[in-house]
Amino acid sequence: MKEIIVRLVQILSEGTNISFVLITVLVLASATVAALSRSVVQAAFALFFTLLGMAGYYVLLGSGFLAITQIVIYVGGILVLLMFGILLTNRPLQREKADAGRLYLVAGAIGAVLFLGVLVHVIVAAPWAVGVAPGAPAGDVRPIGRLLFDRYLLAFEVAGMTLLLCLVGAAYLVRRRDQ
Amino acid sequence: MTETILRQLDVFLADPTGLHTYLVVSALLFVLGLIACMARRNAIGILIGIELILNAAILNFMVFWHFRGGQATDSTLAGPMMGIFLIVLAACEAAIALAVLLNLYFNFGTVEVDSIRRMKR
Amino acid sequence: MSILAIAILILCLPVAMFGVLALFHNRIPRHGDFLAILTLGACLLFSTILFFKAFFSDGSTAVWGFGAVGWLAARAGNALSSGILVDNLTAAMLVVVTLISFLVHLFSVKYMEGDVRYGRYYCGLLFFTASMVGVVLASDLLWLYMSWELVGLSSYILIGHWYEKKSASDAAIKAFITTRIGDVGMLIGLLICYWKVGSLQYADLFAAVQTGGLAGGWHTIAGLGIFFGAMGKSAQFPLHVWLPDAMEGPTPVSALIHAATMVAAGVYLTARMLPFFDSTTLVFIAYIGGFTALFAATIAVVQDDIKKVLAYSTVSQLGYMVLGLGVGGYVSGMFHLTTHAFFKAGLFLGSGAVIYAMHHEQSMSRYGGLRRKMPVTTVCYLLATLALVGFPGFSGFWSKDAILADSLAYAMLHPIHAFLPIAGFVTVFLTAFYMFRQFFLTFTGKPRDSHAYEHAREAPWQMLVPLIVLGALAVVGGGFGGWFGAMNPKRGGEEQVDAIVRSGYVSTWTSRLSLSSVSTLSTESTPSTSEHGESAHGPEVEALHKAHYIAMGLSTILGLSGIGFGALFYFERRNGRALFDPARVAARFAPIHRLLWNKYYLDEIYMLCFVMSFRGIAWLAAWFDRLVIDSIVNFFGLLGVAGSWIVEIFDRYVVDGLGVNGAARVTALLGEGLSFSETGRVRQYIVSMVTGLLVAAGACAFAYFAF
Repeated sequence: MKEIIVRLVQILSEGTNISFVLITVLVLASATVAALSRSVVQAAFALFFTLLGMAGYYVLLGSGFLAITQIVIYVGGILVLLMFGILLTNRPLQREKADAGRLYLVAGAIGAVLFLGVLVHVIVAAPWAVGVAPGAPAGDVRPIGRLLFDRYLLAFEVAGMTLLLCLVGAAYLVRRRDQ
Repeated sequence: MTETILRQLDVFLADPTGLHTYLVVSALLFVLGLIACMARRNAIGILIGIELILNAAILNFMVFWHFRGGQATDSTLAGPMMGIFLIVLAACEAAIALAVLLNLYFNFGTVEVDSIRRMKR
Repeated sequence: MSILAIAILILCLPVAMFGVLALFHNRIPRHGDFLAILTLGACLLFSTILFFKAFFSDGSTAVWGFGAVGWLAARAGNALSSGILVDNLTAAMLVVVTLISFLVHLFSVKYMEGDVRYGRYYCGLLFFTASMVGVVLASDLLWLYMSWELVGLSSYILIGHWYEKKSASDAAIKAFITTRIGDVGMLIGLLICYWKVGSLQYADLFAAVQTGGLAGGWHTIAGLGIFFGAMGKSAQFPLHVWLPDAMEGPTPVSALIHAATMVAAGVYLTARMLPFFDSTTLVFIAYIGGFTALFAATIAVVQDDIKKVLAYSTVSQLGYMVLGLGVGGYVSGMFHLTTHAFFKAGLFLGSGAVIYAMHHEQSMSRYGGLRRKMPVTTVCYLLATLALVGFPGFSGFWSKDAILADSLAYAMLHPIHAFLPIAGFVTVFLTAFYMFRQFFLTFTGKPRDSHAYEHAREAPWQMLVPLIVLGALAVVGGGFGGWFGAMNPKRGGEEQVDAIVRSGYVSTWTSRLSLSSVSTLSTESTPSTSEHGESAHGPEVEALHKAHYIAMGLSTILGLSGIGFGALFYFERRNGRALFDPARVAARFAPIHRLLWNKYYLDEIYMLCFVMSFRGIAWLAAWFDRLVIDSIVNFFGLLGVAGSWIVEIFDRYVVDGLGVNGAARVTALLGEGLSFSETGRVRQYIVSMVTGLLVAAGACAFAYFAF
C-alpha cells in the first residue's frame, strides 16, 4: 500500500512538466465538484475551471488554436448559456431534495467505478502504437484556416448548416405561444 | 493485487506526461460526466455532465493526435479539427437543450427530471 | 441569322408564349391577347425572312437533326432520329400558316370580346399555331406524326371552345375521332415504313423508294396509309364529315383551322410525301380528290347556314388540291393551297364579321342587303368570292386553272381517267353558283330580318384590317404563282427551278413524276430514266400546253355561267324578286334537294353502318354474355359461396382465434409486463444505459484480453 503511494508521488513529482501536474489537479478537482456538487450554480462554476484546464491541456498537446476556441466558445458561450438556463429555470431559495437521488447516486457511483476500472485496464494493457511526441507546431491558425476550406470543406459546411438549423430550431422551440 | 497495481503504475512512471496519463485523465472525466448524468435531478446538471463527457472525447482526440504513431508531421491537423467540430456540435447541443429546458420550465414549472413524468401511466 | 435559327425561333416563340399565357393569362391585362398577337407578328416576320432566305439563297436545304434517340430503336442500329427540315415548301407553308394565324389572332380581339374563356382561347390559338409549325418544320414522319396529333388535340380544344353547347362539344369530339381514324391509317403506314426502311426521315424514305428498298404491296399499303391520315385531316370524302360540324367553333377558329392550317396539313403531307407514293396510290389520291371536290360542291349548293356553305366549299377546294397532287401537279396543289388559304380565310373572317354584326345569326335566310351597312366587308367578301370562283385575273383563277390543266393533261394522256377533269370542271360551275348564291343572299336585296338589319354595323378595325389584307391577297395572290411555278419542274423556267428548288427533292420528284403521270398504267414496270431536262420536253409537257388553254377557257366559261345562274336565282331585281324562284325549283326537284340538304344522308349512313352495327354486335354480345357466360360465372359464384362458408369457419376459429387475437393478446401481455420498467424517470434510463454500456465494454475487454 505504501509503495503505491510512493509511486503516485513519484509520478506526480518526477514529471518535469509542472504545468501538467497543476492542470491535472485543477481539472480533476473541478470536474469532481461539477459532477457531484449539490448546487447547480456551484457545478457550473466548477465546470468553468474544468474547461479552462482542458484549454491548458490543448496547449500542452500542441494546438493553441483549439485552446483559444475552447475558451472563447466553451467558456464564453456554452457556459454562459448554461448559466442563463440556470437563472431562468431555477427558483431561488429552493434547495435540492437530497434523499431522492441517493440510491441512484450510489448505484451510479458503483457502476461508474467499475466502468473506470475497465477503462484503465484497457488503457494500460492495450498495445498502443505510441510514437515520438513531436514538439508543438509553431502556429496552427493558418493551416487550420486553409484546411477548413479545403480538406474539411464538407464537414465545415455541414457544421455551419447544423448551427443554422439549431438556431432556427431553438428559436422555434422557445417562441412565444399565445394561449 | 498490489503487484498488479504496481505494475500498472510502472507504466505511468515510464513517461508521466505520456499517453497513458492523459487517457486516464480522460477516462476520469468521462466517468465523472456519467455520474453527473445519473445522479443529478436537475436537467442542467445533466447537461453539465454531458459537457464533461464531450470534453473527455475532445481530449481523447487531441491525445491520440498528439501521440500519433511515429509520424513527425501531420498536414491534416485531424485532432484540432475534430476538436473544433465537436465544440461546434456542443454549442448546437447546448442551444437546443436550453430551448427544450425553457419549454419544460414553461410547461411544468420545473426542470427537475423526476417531476416530469407525464409519460408514466 | 441562319435559316435554322429562324426556323427554331418560329417554332419556339408560340410554344413559349403558350406556356406563359397558359400559366399567367389571368394576371396579364386583357388576358395577354396583345402578347399573342405580337408573338404571331414576330413569327410572321421571321417566316417572311425565312421565305426570302430560302427562295433566294443558294437554295440548299437546311436540315438540322436532333440526332438519334437511342431508346426509340426498335431494332439495333435503327435509332429513330428527328429534326428540322427547311426547304421551299416549308418556307411557303410557314408564311401561309403564320400570316393567317396572325390575322386570326387580330380578328379575334373583337370577335371574342367578353368571352368567358378569352385567355384560354388565345392559349388554344397559340398552341394550335405551334403544333402546325411543328408539322411544317418536321424533317421526318415521326416528328410530323407527333405534331400532327397535337394539331388534332388543339383543334379539339378550339372547336369545343364553347363546350357548354352540346353541338359544339359533339362537333369537337367528332372532329377528333374522325381525324383519329385517318391517323390510324397513317400510323400503320409509318410502322410499315420503319419496318421496311428502318428510318422515318423523308430523305431515307425517298431514297428507299428510288432504290427499291420499299416496293410492291407494302409500298402501296404504306402510301395509302399515310394518305389516309391526310384524308382525315384534309377532310377528304369518307372522312370529311367532321369539317362542316366543326363550324360550331368560333368563326375565327374556322378561318384558322379550316382555311389555312389544319386542313392544309393533310395537303401538305400529301405534297411532302408525293415522291414517296407509287402510281396506284397516286391514282387513288386523284380520284378521292376529284370525287370530294364534286361531292362537297353539290351539298354546298343548298345549305342555308353561311358557315356551312363555306365549310363544304372548303371540303370541295381541298378536293381540288388533292386532285392536283394526285395527278402529279405538285406545284398546282401547293399553289392552290396558298391562294385558297388567303381567300378562304378572308371568306371565313368576312362571314365572321357578318355574324358579329348580325348578333351571331348564321342563317342566310335572315340576311340580305348588308352591303349598305357593311360596305368594306362587302367589297372584301366579293373579292374573296371572285377569287374562289376563279374569276379571270384573281388568284383563285390561276391556281385552280393550274390544277384543272394538270388533271386535263393527265386525262389526255390517259383517257380512262376522264372522270377527274370532268369532276373538276363541274365543280367550277357549282362553286360559282353557290358562292354567288351566298353573296347575293347575304349582301344584296332587301333585308329579310329588318330588326337585326337595323342593328348591323360595319365591323371594327381589328376585323377590317385582316379582311382588307386577305381581300387584297385574294386578288394579287395569283402573283405568287410565279414562286410556285418556279417550283414546278414541268413549267420550263429551268433556271428558276435550279435556283429555287435545289433540295435534291426535285430531281427525285421529277423522275417520280414522269414515272407516275406518264407511265402510270402503260409502262409501269419500266423505271423512268428521264432526267429533269428530258422530262421538260416529254409528252406530258405537250399535253399540258394544250390542256392549259382549254382549261383556262372552259373554266372561265363555266365560272361565268355559274355566276349567271346564281344571279338568275338569287339576285333580287327592283321588284324584290329574283328571275327564278329557287323555292319552286327546289320543290320541283324535291328528292334531290332533300338528298343534298341532308348531305347525302352520310351522317345517317355512318350512324347506321358503324354506330348501329356496333350496337347490334354489342347487343348480341350482351345477350351471349347474359345467357352463357353469366350462368357459368354464377355457377362458379355458387361454388365460391359454398367454399367461402367453409373457409369462414376456419377463419373464425383458427385464424382469428389462434392467429390474430392470440398474437394481439400476447403483445398486450408483454406490453403490460414491460411497462413496469417505463417509469418516466430520466435518470433511471441513464442508469440503464450506463449499465448496458458497462456490460458491453466489459464483454469487449474480456473478449479482447482473454483470447
